[in-house]
Amino acid sequence: MDETLLRGLTPSVLGILVRRGADFAAAEDAVQEALVEAVRTWPAEPPRDAKGWLVTVAWRRFLDATRSDTARRRREDLLDEEPPPGPAPAVDDTLQLYFLCAHPSLTPSSAVALTLRAVGGLTTRQIAQAYLVPEATMAQRISRAKRTVSGVRFDRPGDVATVLRVLYLVFNEGYSGDVDLAAEAIRLTRQLAARVDHPEVSGLLALMLIHHARRATRTAPDGSLVPLAEQDRGRWDTGAIAEGVRILQAALARDRLGEFQAQAAIAALHADAPTAGQTDWVQIVEWYDELALLTDSPVVRLNRAVAVGEADGPRAGLAALAALDDTLPRHTAVAAYLHERDGDVVTAARLYAEAARKAPNLAERDHLTRQAARLNSARRSP
Amino acid sequence: MAKYLLLKHYRGAPAAVNDVPMDRWTPEEISAHIQYMNDFAARLEKTGEFVDGQALAPEGTFVRYDGEGRPPVTDGPFAETKDLIAGWMVIDVDSYERALELAGELSAAPGAGGKPIHEWLELRPFLGAHPTITE
Repeated sequence: MDETLLRGLTPSVLGILVRRGADFAAAEDAVQEALVEAVRTWPAEPPRDAKGWLVTVAWRRFLDATRSDTARRRREDLLDEEPPPGPAPAVDDTLQLYFLCAHPSLTPSSAVALTLRAVGGLTTRQIAQAYLVPEATMAQRISRAKRTVSGVRFDRPGDVATVLRVLYLVFNEGYSGDVDLAAEAIRLTRQLAARVDHPEVSGLLALMLIHHARRATRTAPDGSLVPLAEQDRGRWDTGAIAEGVRILQAALARDRLGEFQAQAAIAALHADAPTAGQTDWVQIVEWYDELALLTDSPVVRLNRAVAVGEADGPRAGLAALAALDDTLPRHTAVAAYLHERDGDVVTAARLYAEAARKAPNLAERDHLTRQAARLNSARRSP
Repeated sequence: MAKYLLLKHYRGAPAAVNDVPMDRWTPEEISAHIQYMNDFAARLEKTGEFVDGQALAPEGTFVRYDGEGRPPVTDGPFAETKDLIAGWMVIDVDSYERALELAGELSAAPGAGGKPIHEWLELRPFLGAHPTITE
């Protein structure tokens, strides 16, 4: 049984049912039942047209489910509307599903869950495991999301930016248990890129590919954080980087810059450098300037201060940092790093320890504590 | 089987015997400490005695309902006097003696100079559900 094939077919089957007039939640249930049926019967009797088979079975299940006195009239209408059998329609419903799952009325966590379920074809159990929550909790989250979008019509194109944000959220989660969400996000973004001609979709795909290419080197075998400068560049996935850069260049050539393209450009400059020392920091600062214009995000300006510190020296970096709100996440860590590069080891050690207390996760906290410890113990031993 | 909560404190517990702030250790000492705790959890997973464990951030806030239509009262972050919990581990063991033994072992995690910290851990039994069958 080819699970990948099933997962790939899920969104288009679901899309067809919804376009035929089925309510989203009911269609989703019907498709899940058809998938279960497929897993049961396909090994013995493989269908000639997998998608056609799924559509037929799911549609039948949907009609069975709506068969009741109150739904009779509606069902008869639907039967009337049923299109004649033939080749699958050329209209791409999957795209509509992306928009539906990123509907503005959904909270980010619901949008993510619904996307993974409806477009990704993952089971509730798999999604729950990936987000480290109980399956019952995730089932509730998904059914609430389905209720929220039930009745939303498939006739208006949604906002690509919202879809991209949802996919980026999935990518950043990145747990790797049964499901690797980073890889899943890349798969979905590839699907989207094949359907939507938009430079920002390419920008996001490029960004994901380049980041993902470095993933194995970002943590040591014991789980501790390895900073970019110390990563083993020989272990980066050069194939993925090359693909990302190619996609990015094609997108940039269209001259419709957006934040994902700019972020991908920065990632590409890091990936391009044969050693950390040879990184083109001047160009990276320029991209951060572009990014700041596009997003006006304080996090971007914080990252820009780091890049300025590399391009023009730690004093320049500290000056750029001084203009920013010092309650920003990671502000203290950046200050510590710049002070260390400026030779002020005492201040740097104090700031690293302070940054460790504010760290948002354990790996980062341990990393920053080690930095403080490194400077403190170096100071003690002559 | 009985479940116990092992609590590690940032503040509020009596001072450890080997009481040196972590940023005064060497990086190798920090690694050894983390390794010890990971090994401890991994071993308990193998024996089937591990339930869950998490580290907590040091900043906490006390929150209280302040009446209909009013925002909850908070005492703000970074309170200096509170008893703060650094993290917990839940274990599921056969006896109180086994729980004590494990808590002692965790308290012996190495710190500065590679010597055990002897930190105070709080051991709290879970209240069980009401049994269906009375013996």
